[in-house]
Amino acid sequence: MTDAATGNIGRAAADARRAEAEQTGPVMAADGRPLKQSLNRALRAQKLRALALIAPLLLFLLVTFVAPIFDMLFRSVENQITSETLPRTVVALEDWDAQDLPSQDTFAALAYDFMEAAERRIHTRLGSRLNYETTGISSTFRRSGRGIDDLGETQAEQFIDLNPQWEDPAAWVALMAAPDWIAAQADWAARADAADAADRPFDEAEPAFRLAGGIAATLPETADAYRSFATTIQQEDEDSPTAEEPWNTVYLALYRDLLRQPAATIAAYDGPQAALVQEAAGVAAGFEATDLPAFFIDMDDGWGDLKTWETIQTFSDPYTAGYFLAALDLQLTPQGIEMQPEEQQIYLMLFWRTIVLSLTIMGLCVLLGYPIAYLLSNLPMRTSNLLLILVLLPFWTSLLVRTSAWKVLLQQQGVINDTLVWLGLVADDARLALINNQVGTVIAMTHILLPFMILPLYSVMKTIPPSYVRAAKSLGATNSTAFWRVYFPQSVPGIGAGCILVFILSIGYYITPELVGGRTGIFISNRIAFHISDSLNWGLAAALGSILLILVLALYWLYDRLVGIDNVKLG
Amino acid sequence: MKLKNLMLMTTATALAAPAAMAQDMADSMTLVSWGGAYQTSQVRAYSDPYTAMNPDVEIVWDESSPEAVARLRAMEEAGNITWDLVDVVGADAIRLCDEGLAMEVDHDEILAPAPDGTSASDDFGDLIVSDCFIPQIVYSTTAAYRTGVEAWEGRTPESICAIFDTENFPGTRTLERRPINNMEWALLCDGVAMEDLYDVLETEEGIDRAFAMLDTIKEDTIWWSAAAEPPQLLADGEAVIGTSYNGRWFSAIEEQDQPIAMLWDAQVFDLDGWIIPEGLPEERLNRVLDFVSFATDTQRLADQAAYISYGPARASSAPLVGNHADLGIPMGPHMPTDPANSERTILFNYEWWADYRDDLDARFQAWLAR
Repeated sequence: MTDAATGNIGRAAADARRAEAEQTGPVMAADGRPLKQSLNRALRAQKLRALALIAPLLLFLLVTFVAPIFDMLFRSVENQITSETLPRTVVALEDWDAQDLPSQDTFAALAYDFMEAAERRIHTRLGSRLNYETTGISSTFRRSGRGIDDLGETQAEQFIDLNPQWEDPAAWVALMAAPDWIAAQADWAARADAADAADRPFDEAEPAFRLAGGIAATLPETADAYRSFATTIQQEDEDSPTAEEPWNTVYLALYRDLLRQPAATIAAYDGPQAALVQEAAGVAAGFEATDLPAFFIDMDDGWGDLKTWETIQTFSDPYTAGYFLAALDLQLTPQGIEMQPEEQQIYLMLFWRTIVLSLTIMGLCVLLGYPIAYLLSNLPMRTSNLLLILVLLPFWTSLLVRTSAWKVLLQQQGVINDTLVWLGLVADDARLALINNQVGTVIAMTHILLPFMILPLYSVMKTIPPSYVRAAKSLGATNSTAFWRVYFPQSVPGIGAGCILVFILSIGYYITPELVGGRTGIFISNRIAFHISDSLNWGLAAALGSILLILVLALYWLYDRLVGIDNVKLG
Repeated sequence: MKLKNLMLMTTATALAAPAAMAQDMADSMTLVSWGGAYQTSQVRAYSDPYTAMNPDVEIVWDESSPEAVARLRAMEEAGNITWDLVDVVGADAIRLCDEGLAMEVDHDEILAPAPDGTSASDDFGDLIVSDCFIPQIVYSTTAAYRTGVEAWEGRTPESICAIFDTENFPGTRTLERRPINNMEWALLCDGVAMEDLYDVLETEEGIDRAFAMLDTIKEDTIWWSAAAEPPQLLADGEAVIGTSYNGRWFSAIEEQDQPIAMLWDAQVFDLDGWIIPEGLPEERLNRVLDFVSFATDTQRLADQAAYISYGPARASSAPLVGNHADLGIPMGPHMPTDPANSERTILFNYEWWADYRDDLDARFQAWLAR
């Protein structure tokens, strides 16, 4: 009722002002501009100045903090490695039905891809990546990298036997390279020689290889394989195609082209080296063939396993949900998303444990920290300063030292157990297990995080005037009523701040659980660290980290809804 | 053609050899190792004599080997390799080589031959587990036990299976918190023959068998993650039997005089050595090659054994191993490769673990957490 009335009055007043403004026009500043505009300008300048002042810090944070985090988190979905390492295979596998082994053509695509990847030494990297999904692929790729050189050797020998020109790098260049590249390369070589003769340094790179215009129509696979060969040796070894005999896979491609291209297309070819090509085309049908699947399976059995091919097919997209699924104990199979086998499920349990233990630690910190903060804020300045130094002292001690000290105290032959046995509270053969389990993690972390609870509590309690409690008591409240109804509600913002600090710090804790957590007391961060530095599965680490971040934000939102973030005070 | 190429190459190498001597070399070098007693042994056996010979060279030591693979990967992505030579275990060398982060080397070309003329690759033999790997030492992960445990009533463990024998050898155990080695020992003590270990481990039933065996001691075991923990746990009496690196046991037993005894049975051999990061600028590479050739020659590898109980990787170094530099005791009997210690050994199967590590590790951690 009253609200509505005030609202009405306010609205009427605003209407009146607006009507007045319409009559008299806008208020002008001294320089003749509307006051509103002038004011805005002054404010904008002020804001810009403020922004300029914080710009260095903002930039620093963006470059050194925000950008790396996003770069790291981006790895959780990134999966370009498959399509970059095996581009032809990925395309060839698009329509594969996963019933039988892929066709000869797919194996040929794999041969060209693999040869280039092995020369660039990136095949094992993809092997390690796919091994995260299917055990055994790592060694399949490593072994195949050693044997792939020999694929196509049969064909190479037969071509060279037919006409030794096929062994000559220059003959290949004449067939494959664009005329303007040949000219540019000759020019470059002349300059290199001149520099060499004059003893001048010459560090210009050879012009990047370009393919002749018409050759891809006549010999598509050969052109592709030769270009892959030429660019790879130029980039990787700084060799020149004019001086190197092509890889064996290029001969394999030539053989396949001569057999598969219509005779008319070959016969119609009239570019450079036409005679050489047509001579080979006449007899290639009689060459000894290579069974590609058999060759690959002979290098490593893995190529005969449908699972290998399914994995390549499933993880060929440039972006994948695979890491996030793995982080949630799920897996991506050709049949869809499935739970991991039960004996491999671990992450959900670890997330849950991390949250439960963090909440426990937070609760213990409130219970232990509140009385201390209360005492600190109510003692005379001199005593409280001394006690505050004691609270801060652990901050100045190395985390590792504090954790190791807990080991000495808590272990079964440690100080606490020895004392308990000496007092007769515990039998010698039934010493308490206080470390290398969850109890150890909770004790050590509560100790380490306690100052983060005490300090915000203390600074909030410091601002609560003692006269309030006195006033409550003088009005007849008992001690406990005065505390619970008057004092405690005013200290809640401090509890909120302390809880947020302790919880967020503890959810990401890593070194203490690692040292005292044993088997049952480790956190999710320990697995993240393992995947970053040990298993090198950065994608999974990034996915776990992202989920942890989302979890914290979700809990923060929940906290805001329940308590209200405005009620948090650090001092 | 091929013969001609070969001849050209040989001539070129012959011509290049004197030129290489005069090449520019950087005058500082960052070496990465594991810190602690091991790094000290390297400083005393390799880098001190080297700087004595080359007083202009400044050698900076970094202790980042435990996270070397991750750091090198990050350096490569950032395009700034700040390390010149990195000490890693064999498995990491294979991974770095796989990822293209370590340089492939021709061992015979860059390393010194043995004094009798045996080529470096023959002298190192099978220990060259990767084209990028320059071996230094053989170490082993092996068990040790606390002496004079009352509950054992005078029995002493003689085989690795004492770890699984809670009846005769009651007390807390301590094992590494990862599947590697533990799975092998579990199967071995479950009656699998040494040569069949990995074949069995490859099958579902084999893995289940290993876990079932480990289940029998799961609750009695402290699972360590840093190799310094087990000697400490045994010294404190927290644990009565456990596994760690043989060098750690050596320093607890001989240097600190703790009541611990070695149990060499079924020790797992592993290797440690250098890798050169891929993509070093020429001057720095020349310096590194010069150093590595010196630091891995027969005498230097034998010298290192005077400071730590790890076996030199060259066959030709073994006869030169002498006494401990400070304690004066002969080091031979403390080498994992000593015949008396290596009656029954497992050679860490790099290739197998490279494949199965991710899978088994997930299962192992899940098993531990349950």
